[in-house]
Amino acid sequence: MEWETVIGLEIHVQLNTKSKIFSGSSTAYGAEPNSQASAVDLGLPGVLPVLNREVVRKAVKFGLAINAELAGQSVFARKNYFYPDLPKGYQISQYELPIVGRGAIDIDLPDGTRKTINITRAHLEEDAGKSIHDLYSDSTAVDLNRAGTPLVEIVSEPEMRSAAEAAAYMKTLHALVRYLDISDGNMQEGSFRCDANVSVRPAGSEQFGTRAELKNLNSFRFVEQAINYEVERQIALIESGGEVIQETRLYDPNKGETRSMRGKEQAHDYRYFPDPDLLPVDIDDSFIEEIRAELPELPAARRQRFIEQYELSDYDSGVLTASRELADYFETSVTTAGGHAKVCANWTMGELSAALNRDGVELSRSTVSARQLGELVARIQDQTISGKIAKTVFDALWNGEGEVDQVIEDRGLKQVTDTGAIEQLVDDVIAANPDQCEQYRNGNDKVLGYLVGQAMKQSQGKANPQQVNELLRQKLD
Amino acid sequence: MYLNTLVAQARALAAGEISSTELTRLHLDRCQQLDSRLNAIITLSAETALAQAEAADARRAAGQAGPLTGIPLLHKDIFCTQGVRTSCGSRMLDNFVAPYDATVVRRLQDAGMVMLGKTNMDEFAMGSSNETSYYGPVTNPWRAQTVPGGSSGGSAAAVAARLAAAATGTDTGGSIRQPAALCGITGIKPTYGRVSRYGMIAFASSLDQAGPMTRTAEDAALLLSAMSGFDPLDSTSIERDSEDYSAQLGDSLEGLTLGLPKEFFGAGLHPDVAAAIETAAAELEKLGARLKEITLPNSSLGIPAYYVVAPAEASSNLARFDGVRYGYRCADPADLQDLYCRSRSEGFGREVKRRIMIGTYALSSGYYDAYYLKAQQVRRLIRDDFQRAFEAVDVILGPTTPAPAFGLNEKTADPVSMYLNDIYTVTANLAGLPAMSLPAGFSGELPIGMHLIGNYFSEGRLLNVAHRYQQVTDWHERVPEGCE
Amino acid sequence: MALDKNTVDQIATLARLSVDADDNAAYQDELGQILALVDQLDAAATGDVAPLAHPLELTARLRADEVSETDQRDAFQATAPAVASGYYLVPKVID
Repeated sequence: MEWETVIGLEIHVQLNTKSKIFSGSSTAYGAEPNSQASAVDLGLPGVLPVLNREVVRKAVKFGLAINAELAGQSVFARKNYFYPDLPKGYQISQYELPIVGRGAIDIDLPDGTRKTINITRAHLEEDAGKSIHDLYSDSTAVDLNRAGTPLVEIVSEPEMRSAAEAAAYMKTLHALVRYLDISDGNMQEGSFRCDANVSVRPAGSEQFGTRAELKNLNSFRFVEQAINYEVERQIALIESGGEVIQETRLYDPNKGETRSMRGKEQAHDYRYFPDPDLLPVDIDDSFIEEIRAELPELPAARRQRFIEQYELSDYDSGVLTASRELADYFETSVTTAGGHAKVCANWTMGELSAALNRDGVELSRSTVSARQLGELVARIQDQTISGKIAKTVFDALWNGEGEVDQVIEDRGLKQVTDTGAIEQLVDDVIAANPDQCEQYRNGNDKVLGYLVGQAMKQSQGKANPQQVNELLRQKLD
Repeated sequence: MYLNTLVAQARALAAGEISSTELTRLHLDRCQQLDSRLNAIITLSAETALAQAEAADARRAAGQAGPLTGIPLLHKDIFCTQGVRTSCGSRMLDNFVAPYDATVVRRLQDAGMVMLGKTNMDEFAMGSSNETSYYGPVTNPWRAQTVPGGSSGGSAAAVAARLAAAATGTDTGGSIRQPAALCGITGIKPTYGRVSRYGMIAFASSLDQAGPMTRTAEDAALLLSAMSGFDPLDSTSIERDSEDYSAQLGDSLEGLTLGLPKEFFGAGLHPDVAAAIETAAAELEKLGARLKEITLPNSSLGIPAYYVVAPAEASSNLARFDGVRYGYRCADPADLQDLYCRSRSEGFGREVKRRIMIGTYALSSGYYDAYYLKAQQVRRLIRDDFQRAFEAVDVILGPTTPAPAFGLNEKTADPVSMYLNDIYTVTANLAGLPAMSLPAGFSGELPIGMHLIGNYFSEGRLLNVAHRYQQVTDWHERVPEGCE
Repeated sequence: MALDKNTVDQIATLARLSVDADDNAAYQDELGQILALVDQLDAAATGDVAPLAHPLELTARLRADEVSETDQRDAFQATAPAVASGYYLVPKVID
C-alpha cells in the first residue's frame, strides 16, 4: 500500500530578551546553578509576576512576519502540574487567546517547488528549569536559572508530508526568528527546540492516522532522522497488523531511533485557567503599527529584491538570503566592491562557503570579512589580480595574513600589465614553440589557448591573460 | 497609653510625651502578659521592634518623623517580613524566613512604624474562626471559649485586647471584616488593587486584598493612606496615587443615601444583630443620611461562586508548597511522588487540603465550564447588581455577620455552616468593592458589626460614614473585661 | 453532587495529597457537602454572560526589559530542605 506521512511541528523559540518574562533576572546562558533564579523564578511565597514589554513586542514582531491575526486581547493561563524544575507547580502559558493567531509561511522544497505551511497559533510561555539526573547517585539536581526564560511556542497545522518538508519548515522558521532578531536560535543551548507530531495514512485518505509526539529533536538533522525512523516504524507496525497508539516518544540520536515514554508520564490534566496574577494584554493598533515600522526586511522580500537589484538567479538569491548574516555579508561585499554583485555572489557561495564548511566555522567567526571579500572582488575587477590569483589571496586572508592589498604586495601577486614585459614573454613563447605556432598559422585556432597558457605559466600567473592573448595574435597573424 | 488609639499615640509621640522606645516596650510587655490567654500572636519580634523604635526616635530627633513614625503595630503572619518568620499559620512554613518584605510591610516601615510581631491566623487564611491555625485557636477577648472570627482572628483579637492600636489583615471573603465584627473593632477591605499584594502569601489572587484593623475609622484612615498606592511589583495594583483618607473624615452625611439590601435582613439573621443594625441605621439617618431599601438579587449566589473561585485559585497558588525549595519536607521520602504527597499532606491542615481538593476538582477536565466558568459568570451578575444599586444609593449598609461570635469547636465539624458566616461579606470580594465593618452594638457581652459597602475607590466615603457614626456612639470605646 | 472513591483518589493524585481509605470516606462526605452548596450555581441565569476574571477589568501594565535582580542564592537557599553545590536536591527521578 502507498502511505502518506502527516507531520505537524511545535517549535519552542527562546526570545532573546535581557531579562526573564516575568522577573528582572538575567537570561544569560551558562551561569552558576540557581544564581539567576530570583524570588519570582523560584516561586517563593507572596511574590508576583510582571510581564516584560520586550517579550510582547517580539511575539508581535513574529506575528507580523507570518501575517498572523493578532489578538486584540491576549490572556495568560496557568498550566498546572508538578515537576521539580517547575517551581510554582504551574507554568504560566497561554491557552485561550494566544498572542499570535493564524498565520502562514512559505517554504522551499528540495525539488525546487514552494509550499505554504499554515501556522495555527503562537503563544508565550515561561521556560522551566533543568533537572540533572546524572550528577548525584541518588538525587536529581535542580537548576532554576532557565526557569522563567521567555518562550514563544509556534504550532503548525499538520501540513508537512515528509521529513524533508519538516526540516525545510524548521530551517525557514529558524532563519525568520534570526532575521527578526527575536531569538539567537542557538540550538546547542536549547534556544530553538522542536517536537513533531507524526502519523501515517493510506495515500488518498482524508482521515488522519493516530499520531505519535516525538520529543527532543534539537537539530535539523535529528528532525529528519527521527521522523523518517518513526514513519518506517508506524508503517511496519500497521502493515504487520498492529495499531499505532497515541503517545510521546523520545528520539535517541545515538541509536537513531524513537522510543516510547509510556508509563513514565502520569496521566495529565493540566487544569488550565486564566492566571489571576496577570491581567489581559491589550494589543492595540498603535502598538502593532509601532512594531511594524521596526520590522526588518524579511527573507522572502529580500530574496525578491536580490533577484531584481542584483540580477541574481532565484536559486542564488535563495541561498544568499537563507540567513540574515549571509545576506548582510553579501550586501556588504557588494558595497565594498562597488558593484559586481554576480562575482560577489559567486565568491560568497563558492570560496567562502567552502572554507566555512571545511573548517566548521560559523559565518560570524569568518576570518575573511565581508569588506575584505569586497576588496578582493574589486581587485579582480580593476585587473590588479586575476581570478585565479585571487584564490591564493583568499587563502592568505583566511589564514589571517592581513589585508587584501598588503597580501598582493607582500607576495608580489600583482598582475603584469607592462606591455614591454609581456612582449618579451610572448617572444620567448613563440621562439620556444615553433611547431605550435606553425599549426596556428595553418588555421588551428585552438592552439592559441595552449600558447597563452605557456605564457601565463612562465609569468607565474601574473601576466594579464587578455594582453598576452592580443599580443600573440598580433605577432602570429 | 496602650489604651489610646493610633491617632492619640501619634499625638503623644509628636508632643514628646513618650518615646517610641517606651511605647514599644509598653506594648511588648502587654503582649507578653495577655497573649497566653489569647494566643493572638505567633511570633513576637521584640529585638527587631526595639531596634525599629530606636530608629524611629532618632528620626524624630532629626525632625524627619511622619504621623505614623514610632507607633507599634502587628502584622498578620501572611505578610512576608525579612528576617522574621512568616508561617501563614501553617506547619508548611513553620521554618520559613522570607528574604524580602511585603510591600505593605515595607511601606509602613518606611513610614517609621514599629513591628511588634506577627499575628495568628487561619492556615493560609482559610477559615472564619481562626481554628485552622497550626499554632492553635485564638480566643475572643470578649468571652472565653469563643472564636474571634477569621482568618485575621489574631489581628482582630490583638487590637480588641489593646495589644496594639493597629494590626494589618487580609480579606479574601470577609477575613478582615468578619473578625473585626466578632471582636468589636474597625476593619476595612479596600477596592481590589488599591493595596499591593506583593509579599502577601496568596490565597485567592483575584479576591485577596489587605487592609488595616484598628479601633476607630480615624485610625483606619491614617493607616490605609500609608498602606495603599501603586506598586510596580504587583500587576494587579492600580496606577492611582494614594489618598489622604483622613481629610474626608469630617464631611457631612447630609444628602447621603444609604441602601439597605432586603436580602441582608432575611431569614438566618440573629435578632440582636438585626436590631443593632436597624438602630445604627436610624442613628445615621439622624446625621442626615437618607435610608432606602434596595435589592441585590444575586447575593445568595455569592457563597456558591466564592467556594468555586477561591478554592480553584488556591489549589494552584498552593502548588508551590512542594517540599523542594523551602518549607516543610517530609522525612525520608521514598521517591519524588512520596516527597510531594507526604510533604503536602503532613504540611497542610485539614481545611487547606479540603479546599485544594475542591479547587482541583472544579478546574479538572470536564468540570471547568460547569464550575469555574459558571462561577466567573455569576461574579459578573453580582457585580452588575452592585452597579445598579450604586445608581440609586451612595453606600450600602447591613450586618457584617449573621450572628455574633460562636463557640470554639461549635462549627468545625460542619464546613458548610462555617462557610455561611461570610454570607454578607463575600460579594464585596467577588465584585472587588471596598467594604468595612465597625462596632454597632452588643449581643450580651459579644460585639456586633455593621457592614458598609461602597463603590470602587470610595474608601474615603466609607471611612467618613464610619467616623461620623463613631463620633456619636461609643461601641468602639468599650474594652473587654480583663483588658482594661 | 456526590463524589465516589475513585474521583477522590484522582483529585488527590492531581493535587499530590496522600489520601488513605479513612480519609477518602471523609473527603467524599465533606466534598459532597461543599459541592451541594456550590451546585446552587446551577440556578443562576448566566446565559451568555461574559465571565468576570478581575473586578476592574483592567489590562496589563508592561515592565521594561531590564535586569534588576542580583544573585541571592545563599539567602534563598538558607532554609531550603536539601541543597548541594547550589542545586536543589530531590529524590532521583528515573527518566
